[in-house]
Amino acid sequence: MAANLATTAHKSFVRIDRLTKRFGDVAAVDNVSLDIEQGEIFALLGSSGCGKSTLLRMLAGFETPSEGNISLEGESVIGMPPHQRPMNMMFQSYALFPHLTVWENIAFGLKRDGMPRAQIAARVEEMLNMVQLKRYAKRKPHQLSGGQQQRVALARCLAKQPKLLLLDEPLGALDRKLREQTQFELVSIIKSVGVTCVLVTHDQEEAMTMADRIAVMSEGRFIQVGKPHEIYETPNSRFVADFIGKVNLFDGVLAIDEPDHCAIDTPEGRFYVAHGITGTIGMDVSVALRPEKIGLQTEAPTDTSSNAFRGTVVDSGYYGSFSVYRVELAGGRKIQVAITHAERHVELYRRGDALWVTCSAQSLVVLIS
Amino acid sequence: MEAAGGRVSNFGRFWLIAGYAFLYIPILTLIIYSFNDSKMVTLWGGFTFKWYGVLAEDKEVLDALALSLKLAFTTATSSVVLGMLGAFAMVRYQKFFGRTMFSAHLTAPLVVPEVITGLSLLLFFVMLQRAIGWPERGMFTIWAGHTSVGMAYAAVVIQSRLLEMDKSLEEAAQDLGCKPFQVFYLITLPMIGQALASAWLLTFTVSLDDVVATAFLSGPGSTTLPVLILSRAKLGLNPTINAIATITVAVVAVGVMAGSLWMYKQEKRRAAEQAAAYRDG
Repeated sequence: MAANLATTAHKSFVRIDRLTKRFGDVAAVDNVSLDIEQGEIFALLGSSGCGKSTLLRMLAGFETPSEGNISLEGESVIGMPPHQRPMNMMFQSYALFPHLTVWENIAFGLKRDGMPRAQIAARVEEMLNMVQLKRYAKRKPHQLSGGQQQRVALARCLAKQPKLLLLDEPLGALDRKLREQTQFELVSIIKSVGVTCVLVTHDQEEAMTMADRIAVMSEGRFIQVGKPHEIYETPNSRFVADFIGKVNLFDGVLAIDEPDHCAIDTPEGRFYVAHGITGTIGMDVSVALRPEKIGLQTEAPTDTSSNAFRGTVVDSGYYGSFSVYRVELAGGRKIQVAITHAERHVELYRRGDALWVTCSAQSLVVLIS
Repeated sequence: MEAAGGRVSNFGRFWLIAGYAFLYIPILTLIIYSFNDSKMVTLWGGFTFKWYGVLAEDKEVLDALALSLKLAFTTATSSVVLGMLGAFAMVRYQKFFGRTMFSAHLTAPLVVPEVITGLSLLLFFVMLQRAIGWPERGMFTIWAGHTSVGMAYAAVVIQSRLLEMDKSLEEAAQDLGCKPFQVFYLITLPMIGQALASAWLLTFTVSLDDVVATAFLSGPGSTTLPVLILSRAKLGLNPTINAIATITVAVVAVGVMAGSLWMYKQEKRRAAEQAAAYRDG
């Protein structure tokens, strides 16, 4: 948050300034500030009811903020009705007009702008080519598959050349397999057009793969804003660590705190962490450890720079490219360990195997809040 | 009604047939006796079309029919317009002063006995006429009475359609540059078109066979068909009434069957197209 405020010196493309939306006594969006750069794909990530959709709807103009300001290229859009805002939104349900053909759906916004006929035809043609739906131009929405409908919705938004593209759960209505394929397509189209984009999702994978930056939201506030790898590798709180990906959290107290390292005493043992936290000795903290950053080995480790604990395999799941083990540590705590099968013949551990669990000091993150 | 195997049990079948018999035997009898060549309604005297001929020359019947159709048409149209406005107010505006009261008033004509509606309107019109010399009892007063009831029917039908309509369609239209009124006639109106049509047909029917309110509100020389049939039946059963009824039943049956067939075909075509889209999608 502090980093964001520091960049406010230069004019940002979209600026959300201390925005609040209250429904009765409940603040759906609570004093949120954000700058979005031109050409950026920005994801609002959170579980349902966190305020991400309300924020998006305020950008589109469907909700009026209780307090604060939204500006686009330095000009406030507050009070401007949705039909005048140079932003277009792709709805979760796609909201394709069922009584109009694909062609008419895409032309709809252009006609409202009073564009000449010939120009409309050319623009719709261009959009249909872009989403590869030219031969479906005369179909009605119900005659299209889910993936095709999604592309029509995107084409309809981009036809108007909006300054800001808003996507509400863009892949939410697609099945899993189609989703992976579509998310890359979607990003490549958005990037080739160069439009600035804000998307809302509850799916962390979707946010990580599509967005340049992510804001993790909870209860109407931003918990952390950053690039996908920053949020994954250095979460700033238990909430973010737990929300993004899988994580093993160990509660403990701060035992050593130096500028370049610290140690945390937990019921499972002492963890050495390769960064300092400038806290007070004895304070309650948590250590976050991602399952894929843990090693398993049968012999006692000789490398003393790593953290090592004894454990027993409780159960395991084979996923093909990797395996997930649940390992019980000495204190009775069970952790998740993911081992990638980089080679064809890997040693698979079985239930009851006694082994050593290792993790480097670099792989750990200490969480204060 | 269905036994475990998905087949209808004999017990169920018996009640089904009994139910249909109870509903349709009287109508069937009525149709058969419209071809009865005897002045006695209950005595079979041979086959004839003559009552239909008599009917075609009965000016009273023809006038009543014309009035009924005119009334039904105007009532249905005005009811749909007013009902739609009411439904919109209820669905689109969740908060306004007097909403609860408005809601109750909108649907009150459905639960208030028609005798009361008719009588109160009659008293109102009589008072009004005394005060300002208008309105004369006749088509206008009947229309006003029918519309006050029909509007409630229309509002209920249109309201349910509006409630199930995806609200994001209207938002998308706004988002793409529609002013509020454009949203209404480019998106909302086509979406609720079917509901408007069914509301129109429903109120048309309600107006066409209304007797109670009409009896209160009609004046001299403004008799609708159902009121005429009732008054003739009171004077003694007459085969021409059977003939009128038979024509009505025929028209309704053909209309309903054609409608259902059309809807069935539409539904089937739509399902097939949808399936095709996913096959080659």
